[in-house]
Amino acid sequence: MNEGPRRRISRRAWIAGATGAVAAGLVKTRADALSLVAQEAPARAAVDPTKVPGRFTSEVGRRATGEQPRRLARTQALSSSSQSPLQDLMGIVTPSDLHFERHHAGIPEIAKGGHELLVHGMVDRPMVFTMADVERFPRVSRLYFIECSGNGGAAYSRDSMPTEITVQALDGLFSTSEWTGVPLATVLREVGVRRGASWLLAEGSDAAMMSRSIPLDKAMDDALLAFGQNGEAIRPEQGYPLRLMLPGWEGNAQIKWLRRIEVTDRPTMTREETSKYTDPLAGGTARQFSFVMDAKSTITFPTYPYLLPERGWWEITGLAWSGRGRITRVEVSTDGGRSWADAALQGPVLPKCTVRFRHLWDWNGREAIVMSRATDETGYVQPTVQQLWDARGDRTRYHFNNQRAWKVASDGAVTFGLGELV
Amino acid sequence: MRSWIVLALACVACAPEAQDQASADADLMDAAYSLPAHAPEAFGLGSEASTARIAMWDVDVKPDGEGLPPGRGTVAEGEVVFRTYCVACHGPSGTEGPNDQLVGSEPWEDWPGSSTVGGYWPYATTLYDYIVRAMPQLTPGILTPDQTYAVIAYILERNGIVPADAVMDPETLPAVRMPARDRFVTDDRLGGAEVR
Repeated sequence: MNEGPRRRISRRAWIAGATGAVAAGLVKTRADALSLVAQEAPARAAVDPTKVPGRFTSEVGRRATGEQPRRLARTQALSSSSQSPLQDLMGIVTPSDLHFERHHAGIPEIAKGGHELLVHGMVDRPMVFTMADVERFPRVSRLYFIECSGNGGAAYSRDSMPTEITVQALDGLFSTSEWTGVPLATVLREVGVRRGASWLLAEGSDAAMMSRSIPLDKAMDDALLAFGQNGEAIRPEQGYPLRLMLPGWEGNAQIKWLRRIEVTDRPTMTREETSKYTDPLAGGTARQFSFVMDAKSTITFPTYPYLLPERGWWEITGLAWSGRGRITRVEVSTDGGRSWADAALQGPVLPKCTVRFRHLWDWNGREAIVMSRATDETGYVQPTVQQLWDARGDRTRYHFNNQRAWKVASDGAVTFGLGELV
Repeated sequence: MRSWIVLALACVACAPEAQDQASADADLMDAAYSLPAHAPEAFGLGSEASTARIAMWDVDVKPDGEGLPPGRGTVAEGEVVFRTYCVACHGPSGTEGPNDQLVGSEPWEDWPGSSTVGGYWPYATTLYDYIVRAMPQLTPGILTPDQTYAVIAYILERNGIVPADAVMDPETLPAVRMPARDRFVTDDRLGGAEVR
């Protein structure tokens, strides 16, 4: 398949090509003819797709040639991340191959056949489960978002608020999938959790042996041992063959490549929950085990580097989510937060999942600052950056769920506009 | 059951149309997972994990020292380990990088400047747990217990936390009092409308 720049090929040129092949005696059988059709179809279809048969079926589909969304994978390092192209996506589901990545020592190659889950510690029956064992427990499928707790840090920097940043670079450590797995509670029931247990340690099978302590209450509530993502096996980047799903909680705790669960009566205090994923606050303390992702929304259109070519009707759209439950309201402002209007929420509105919001806007051609703010079912309203600075200080490191702003200049050019407001 | 109560409370607060939407979605997707009534007490899946099998993977170390293996290491021995395995990423004095800065502490008012062991790590046992898992980055798990205790002794000494003649072992490591020990507070966000 020609992936190069699209060329205009005249009808005469492809007829000449085809007739040339026939004249040269290359087409002797029906198979030859079909092969020739297949070879020349793209060029002919570019002229008029109704005048040429299309290609045949295939075992695996592919994207249209002109549609090539990409993750933003700027850093090639052992501990690295890449962002989902939020500006290119529709609805709420992230195509699996565009789900954001965050790993701490590379993506391990794990064969499902040899992968096992050890569950031990304060249990009646320490057990080893093969993947065949895990997959045989009664399954559930649920739509949940996963967000890296470091997502959106650029919208929090008091000293250097960016202007030329895409929504992908800003908030792309965020994706949504339909996850399939078995409730962790079912497996813990199988091994028998002992009285007095209150935590567990989850450990990955990557070269960082990534590990986090998880409260037992969450494990018994809605945690999943997930092996499916959007209808197929989880991608290696998301933890194949098995990952922990902790709906609504920060991504790093949802251990990928999961191989061990130790039931305990206290946290292990791993590096990831002490010196790493903790939140320094004003006053010299640091918040620890800050698992829940507070309510947040982010606009995906219009965003940098888009240029609105003309005044008139445009649909402002974006994504909203809360780790505490359902989104109940998203409001949009086009005047930098002085006035707000309710955006339409695209159902179904699911708990600990993403909502697509839309707001139809008649742009009058004058400078505008476009914002959104989400409210969840607990009554929490997505705060301004000043509110978060006041609550946490300006050097906290994670959980940047403050409102964003995009400036639409009178020439239609869109830039990140939060710096205009602070 | 709890999810239904939460849902009911939430619906009191939201508009009628949102309530209809929430009810419809609850039918589609109840947040609670429940096994069918006829599910067995146990499915009989999996196999018993032997003590040896557990020991092979059970590498974690708790703050009270549970999980630490036998062994010992001195500051001087640790300097050799550090110069062999650590300087390429952490720099000759543990401050230069390019990866995480290990040595240093900041005055309270500037805290935290970086995540140094002296400035930000609340438990010394975490060093053992983390090194066993993930260090050295290109050859994780290569250090012996003696080497691990030794390099921890050296890092702690460079941070001014233990003296130059310190010996780290399963008894002394959990007893080390880290400067940042009391700075950590468990998540104090309370839910509800308050921004914290």
